[in-house]
Amino acid sequence: MIRLLAGAIGLGVLASSALAADPVEIGIGYLHQGSVKPTLSLVGQPADNDGLAGARLAIEDNNTTGKFLNQHFTLEEVRLKDGDDAAKAAVALADRNVGFIIADLPADALLKAADAVRDRGTVLFNAGSIDDRLREEDCRANVIHAAPTRSMLADGLAQYLVWKQWKRWLLVVGSHEEDKLFAEALRRAASRFGAKIVQERAFEDTGGARRTDSGVTLIQRQMPVFTQQAPTYDVLVAADESEVFAAYLPYRTWDPRPVAGSAGLVPKSWDAAQDQWGAVQMQNRFLKLNSRHMTALDMQAWTAARMIGEAASRTNSGNPKSLLDFLKGPDFSVAAFKGQRLTLRDWNLQLRQPILLADGRMVVSVSPQEGFLHQVSELDTLGVDRPETKCKLH
Amino acid sequence: MWRRCLLAGTAAWLAAATPAGAVMAYVSNEKSNTVSVIDTDTWAVTKTIKVGQRPRGIEFTRDGKFVMVAVGDDDTIQVIDAATQQVVDTLPSGPDPELFVQDAAGKVLYVANENDNTVTVIDLEKRVRVGDVQVGVEPEGMAISPDGKILINTSETTNMAHFIDTATRQIVGNVLVDSRPRFAEFKRDGSELWVSSEIGGTVSIIDPAKHEVTGKITFSVPGLRREAIQPVGIGMTRDGKTAFIALGPANRIAIVDAASHQVTKYLLVGQRVWHMAFTPDEKYLLVTNGVSNDISIIDVVAQKVIKTIQVGELPWGITIAQP
Repeated sequence: MIRLLAGAIGLGVLASSALAADPVEIGIGYLHQGSVKPTLSLVGQPADNDGLAGARLAIEDNNTTGKFLNQHFTLEEVRLKDGDDAAKAAVALADRNVGFIIADLPADALLKAADAVRDRGTVLFNAGSIDDRLREEDCRANVIHAAPTRSMLADGLAQYLVWKQWKRWLLVVGSHEEDKLFAEALRRAASRFGAKIVQERAFEDTGGARRTDSGVTLIQRQMPVFTQQAPTYDVLVAADESEVFAAYLPYRTWDPRPVAGSAGLVPKSWDAAQDQWGAVQMQNRFLKLNSRHMTALDMQAWTAARMIGEAASRTNSGNPKSLLDFLKGPDFSVAAFKGQRLTLRDWNLQLRQPILLADGRMVVSVSPQEGFLHQVSELDTLGVDRPETKCKLH
Repeated sequence: MWRRCLLAGTAAWLAAATPAGAVMAYVSNEKSNTVSVIDTDTWAVTKTIKVGQRPRGIEFTRDGKFVMVAVGDDDTIQVIDAATQQVVDTLPSGPDPELFVQDAAGKVLYVANENDNTVTVIDLEKRVRVGDVQVGVEPEGMAISPDGKILINTSETTNMAHFIDTATRQIVGNVLVDSRPRFAEFKRDGSELWVSSEIGGTVSIIDPAKHEVTGKITFSVPGLRREAIQPVGIGMTRDGKTAFIALGPANRIAIVDAASHQVTKYLLVGQRVWHMAFTPDEKYLLVTNGVSNDISIIDVVAQKVIKTIQVGELPWGITIAQP
């Protein structure tokens, strides 16, 4: 009897909070492309809702909080097909009074979308692209970056390798544009933190399938040969964002050496194995909602949607201009299970964040590493810092 | 079931190894899945009790006879008999219990369940769950007002202190605080509620009548970056004059003038300090240092760390029976 009564009271709490005036509606768009790139490892193949699932969880979290503040968040997914125009899609969202768009788009499409809605006051959150140029020469005043940059990832890895005293690197670079950009970030990181690239090798993508029935036999012949006769080195660092060869390197190098970069020890914003700083709660919530593990892209999208929720609760508003002002201001910070507050770099609207180093099973370390000091924030030892920036926000 | 537990406790009391009158501190070791028992006369660990998975929140029952410890990964609260120092029973908490608080009479237990955004209400005598209150995302900190009328729960991702009427179990107020509120503590006279924000790096002072933040305690330790200052546990002396705040990875306890809200001193303790408990005479304050796997003993009057005691891995919470 008592239990029944208590249950009724519990329901009463929910009902009474819904009786208030109509909630402030905060619409968020999620703009992404449909195609998923094939990976070398079958285990690494992203789910169809990679990223989107993270944003959806954040909407649930925002709405739990919103219940107490009379705010209601909704997510509208727009999936672009090949040939669809990102700018058109962004304008269509703005026409439907969506003030915020979380974007998982390539750099050029993201810029087009941002410029198309600039005069509409729509704010974009870059959840997918790690291109440094979006935060440097191509930065925009209406684009906030929840994804880390390539240089932040490279610096996070380099700090650990240097701390580990693995300072002699054999760098292997893929033949695609983004592989070359990652290699460039790794070269910069090596020179910043005192590592030496003893030799560079290029791995040409000659085409072919990612998966074949007799794949291993062939790879086992190729990889040792490809890595032989290298000068003395401590660690092989692979730049292969295109998923052509890096995952084939661990355990197959001519010399017995660890692999890092695009395979082996990989720098990333999040990993399904991350369990520190209350992260288990987050991993459990995500697993319960989506029946799969949480990826870095999921986390970046979650963080973007949480930033909007955080700004809305702090300003008690759903107005994009008010929220953007708050996010750019000195009082903004967001908690994202990484052991410290995340804040925005005010010169280019990049979210400061620790970088996890994961081997596919475990989180091995988290950068910045101890001893890499900075006068403002140790997180600014990762990536392009204020004095070097090419960004002019206006 | 509770009666069985009490009887067992009484029987074993006669054969207890603990010298009568010694004040014991119980420390939950999150990684070891153990509770360390410390004799506060000799400052020695006298026993290590095996408990369930991931022990965190730990409290004596009001009568001082039992210690309750939340074992989150087993989705329950275990009850340790203080006389025999053995686990004798479990409580029907919700999933993943972390912190909890009792009413003044020791009859009702309120539990923060991190995984399903609820506070569970348990009748301690009947050992049954009598209700739930829906709160924000990741409920954690729990406190009860000195008059027993208001229950506070803090939600770590919603960033609020929820005010819950203990009679109706309705939320009557929500106060936004800085990021990741971990712990709540009332002044004994009920005039102020203090809430620590781990990621925000502040302690909010809240007027419990008006449901308003009236001030914030901020911290600054020379040579330490701002992000490393992460306040969690709060302890206040009974006279309401002095507060101690654990600053997590800053490895410091801040001593705060509770009237002016100014930090008067920082004490260097072990690594990642989180929770604390006073001895009943308030001569000593014991704090848990998670990463260095030890407890620092602070002389409250002298405001000095006098000793360090090694315990299990990742010590989290601590409780001492109060008079």
